[in-house]
Amino acid sequence: MFGKLSLDAIPFSQPIPLVAAAVIGVLLLGVLAWITKKGHWPYLWHEWITSVDHKRIGVMYILLALVMLIRGFSDAILMRTQQAMAVNAPGYLPPEHYDQIFSAHGAIMIFFGAMPFVIGLMNFVVPLQLGVRDVAFPTLNSTSFWLTASGALLVNVSLVIGEFARTGWLPYAPLSEKVYSPGVGVDYYLWAIQISGIGTLMSGINLVTTILKVRAPGMSYLRMPMFCWTSLASNLLIVAAFPILTATLAMLTLDRYMGFHFFTNDAGGNPMLFVNLIWAWGHPEVYILVLPAFGVFSEVISTFSSKPLFGYRSMVAATLFITLVSFTVWLHHFFTMGAGANVNAAFGIATSIIAVGTGVKVYNWLFTMYGGKVRFTTPMLWSIAFMVTFVVGGMTGVLLAVPPADFMLHNSLFLVAHFHNVIIGGVLFGAFAGMTFWFPKAFGFRLHEGWGHVAFWLSLAGFLIVFTPMYWLGLEGMTRRLQHVNVAGWAPFLWIMLFGVGIMGLGVLAQIMQLLVSIRDRDQLRDETGDPWDGRSLEWATTSPPPSFNFAVLPDVRGEEAYWTIKQRAIEAQGLVEEPEYEPIEMPRNSATGVVTAFFASFTGFALIWEIWWLVGVGLLAAYGTFVWFAWRKEDEYEIPVEEVAAYDRERRKVRAAWLLREQGARAGEQPA
Amino acid sequence: MNGRQDVLLGPTMIGDAFRSRLRRACAATVPLLLSGCVGTGVLNPHGPIAGQNRTILFNSLAIMLAIVVPTILATLVFAWWYRAGNDKATYRPEFTFSGRIELLVWSIPILTILFLGGVIWVGSHQLDPARPIESNQKALEVEVVSTDWKWLFIYPEQGIATVNRLVVPVGRPVHFRLTSSSVMNVFFVPQLVSQIYTMNGMATQLNMRADTPGRYYSTSAHYSGDGFSDMNFATDAVPAAQFEGWVAQARARGRLLDRPAYEKFAQQSQKVPPGFWGQVQPGLFDAVVRQEIKPAAGPQEGRGGPRVSPGDES
Repeated sequence: MFGKLSLDAIPFSQPIPLVAAAVIGVLLLGVLAWITKKGHWPYLWHEWITSVDHKRIGVMYILLALVMLIRGFSDAILMRTQQAMAVNAPGYLPPEHYDQIFSAHGAIMIFFGAMPFVIGLMNFVVPLQLGVRDVAFPTLNSTSFWLTASGALLVNVSLVIGEFARTGWLPYAPLSEKVYSPGVGVDYYLWAIQISGIGTLMSGINLVTTILKVRAPGMSYLRMPMFCWTSLASNLLIVAAFPILTATLAMLTLDRYMGFHFFTNDAGGNPMLFVNLIWAWGHPEVYILVLPAFGVFSEVISTFSSKPLFGYRSMVAATLFITLVSFTVWLHHFFTMGAGANVNAAFGIATSIIAVGTGVKVYNWLFTMYGGKVRFTTPMLWSIAFMVTFVVGGMTGVLLAVPPADFMLHNSLFLVAHFHNVIIGGVLFGAFAGMTFWFPKAFGFRLHEGWGHVAFWLSLAGFLIVFTPMYWLGLEGMTRRLQHVNVAGWAPFLWIMLFGVGIMGLGVLAQIMQLLVSIRDRDQLRDETGDPWDGRSLEWATTSPPPSFNFAVLPDVRGEEAYWTIKQRAIEAQGLVEEPEYEPIEMPRNSATGVVTAFFASFTGFALIWEIWWLVGVGLLAAYGTFVWFAWRKEDEYEIPVEEVAAYDRERRKVRAAWLLREQGARAGEQPA
Repeated sequence: MNGRQDVLLGPTMIGDAFRSRLRRACAATVPLLLSGCVGTGVLNPHGPIAGQNRTILFNSLAIMLAIVVPTILATLVFAWWYRAGNDKATYRPEFTFSGRIELLVWSIPILTILFLGGVIWVGSHQLDPARPIESNQKALEVEVVSTDWKWLFIYPEQGIATVNRLVVPVGRPVHFRLTSSSVMNVFFVPQLVSQIYTMNGMATQLNMRADTPGRYYSTSAHYSGDGFSDMNFATDAVPAAQFEGWVAQARARGRLLDRPAYEKFAQQSQKVPPGFWGQVQPGLFDAVVRQEIKPAAGPQEGRGGPRVSPGDES
């Protein structure tokens, strides 16, 4: 009836996961009870859960990412505490628990922290920047999000029912094979990543189609904002690389469930095949994450330098260059597996060539600030900190691409410090910059600057205090994933790193404070005009928050920096363009398809993990049935009447006209001619 | 075999020697941080391979720092000078493209990478782990098997074997062939030689020479399961005469490592103290590589609960 599942699966002997789960459970129940008591369910159901609006889905992606970042950060605190305590001592986490924590930390941070964050930003921003009303496939978009959430749920269920993988964040064969990992940990990993991976792939297809096919009139490729370009590149990489991940994990699944021999030691299996395949996905994945962040920095640096992006076409070229080359470098993840000198040298050179593209980008950001008027807002601080720390992380990355140097540093803490340096300094700083930058667009009020600065400085300081000693420990010969350490000389560094994690923790608290204070002071922080930063691209042309249809009339794009051009024309003409002719707007209907599919997918995943075959059948059938039911729907759109559109836009124009008047007054004051 | 004491070096536990060395070198934390004390690490090599790897590491770092440091400084200077409140800075919003700057922006990284590419090409060939070290002495052959979770070193010419202790003569090249009984590991002696994976059904190669007598921290650098953290061991580099004496003693006092003994040894166990065998069945290593000896088993399957690890029975 319940397959392998029994009461034994609950780790009663381990208090930490149980207490953690109990706290989360109580919090969750509290929130649910509060929602029920206040009667918010209909609102949540109609406006968020079943919404197919790209903006709502983007916000939900980012919310999921924030929650998972906190979960991953808790794992990091446990790991740093354990290592600091476990110098010639056992520490407080036994290996079978510690090994799950570092595996979960990596998997959660990449798949459920960083990925949803950048996908959320792309979802929210790309259609607005392109000047359109939604993504190409709105219901698919909702399904993608809910499948990602389903994967995240499964990973967290493993905390209390069974165990998570003890293999590292990439389950290298043969350790991940049934012989060496007989528990359900690897199965949790496989099904969680497979389910969310389907979501990611669909989201990639959706955004590629949107950028290629759904753009405002006049928005040619070379008029798209930089963020759209990097999103296009990132999603092309998703479409090209994620099937490799899906196939690789499917092969491992066949090995584990049906006795196949793709990656086993014996019967013709080859574990090195797994390593090659997983990194053929894994290296492009790094660029899937960092390219959208590069796009955020391009927007932020240009906006807050009050200048167009320097060398726009050169930036486009560099982005596409990185996209292509990222598929030719995967072997640098295992120079030490004894491939010949020619192979190592070829992949080493290919890897360092990627740095050309990144280098070009850094210089172009530099020259964007040159001759600008730089405003040190929170997003700009994250961006400058990124430029400074990322060149260091890039440099240590290229250092690791030099095979003889990698021979001494591979699998050491130097490597761990390197990829945290680029992922935190690149992806996470970019995500935070983007969140602060576009927050007023999403919610209609800015985030509190003071608390933003506090959060920034604490996070930056903590980040440097953790990862500088980590580089050093790598040079001292300390390798990664050690549950305890037998060299006493490393202890001081481990304690400094623990202290740094504490500072980063304060940074996290400051971010939470920033959010709470901003909500409290939302009236003072209100963004009336929809253009709080003197922006340059089309998302600032509409109100904050935008209506469900984004634009009353699709903008007419006449050059790079579409909105900046419109704004300058209005200032020159001393008036807004004439009122357009309004038409009713067709928008896609809400759909519960996504959430219902994901609901059944979660059960299917759980049943597959515990081999509850009847539930697998029921879950799959129901998920498939949901789609069939969706395909036969009679009405898929609803109409927003012309009066409503006109009323909205006239109100917007009134605010804009008032702004224009103020602007002219300010200009006249500046130049008394 | 377990628990037997080391014939030559005494019952010193792994780690003691580095600890005392580190204590001497870094008397206090503060000077340690200021002076950048070098203990067990790759910056303090005692053999030609680790030494040359470090040279390449330093050269590459110097090449890149030459452009990275100016870039960081320029970022900070530009951001500060062009701050909105600075009236002395000229606002040039039309400065959005310059052919000359683009040429510079592409050529600086390309030239750097061309230079570095040369270093990569030459370095990869000169320091290929399989490339023998030039010497007038014949290399000592050592066969390495990583098992769950300890290291087996077979000296085929001497006919002896050790667990969790590698003893090599100073100044003489050592040629390793390496494999694994089960999952992947990485053989690594930070002060002496490059990392190399050990994989079941495959043999990798490595060449090493220790130039200074001493005890060197050595470890597995690739995570291999619950007992992984205790897969570190000591490498002792000793004068040639002492090495011969050690071999003779081991031969005289050790038992036989044959297939049944190996299969028992390869089962999962943790925190295994150093030990040795005086006699080894010939061809044992190749039998592991060719999988004539089946890959070692993993943990016994439990009820699917969390407690399927071998636990701490060792």
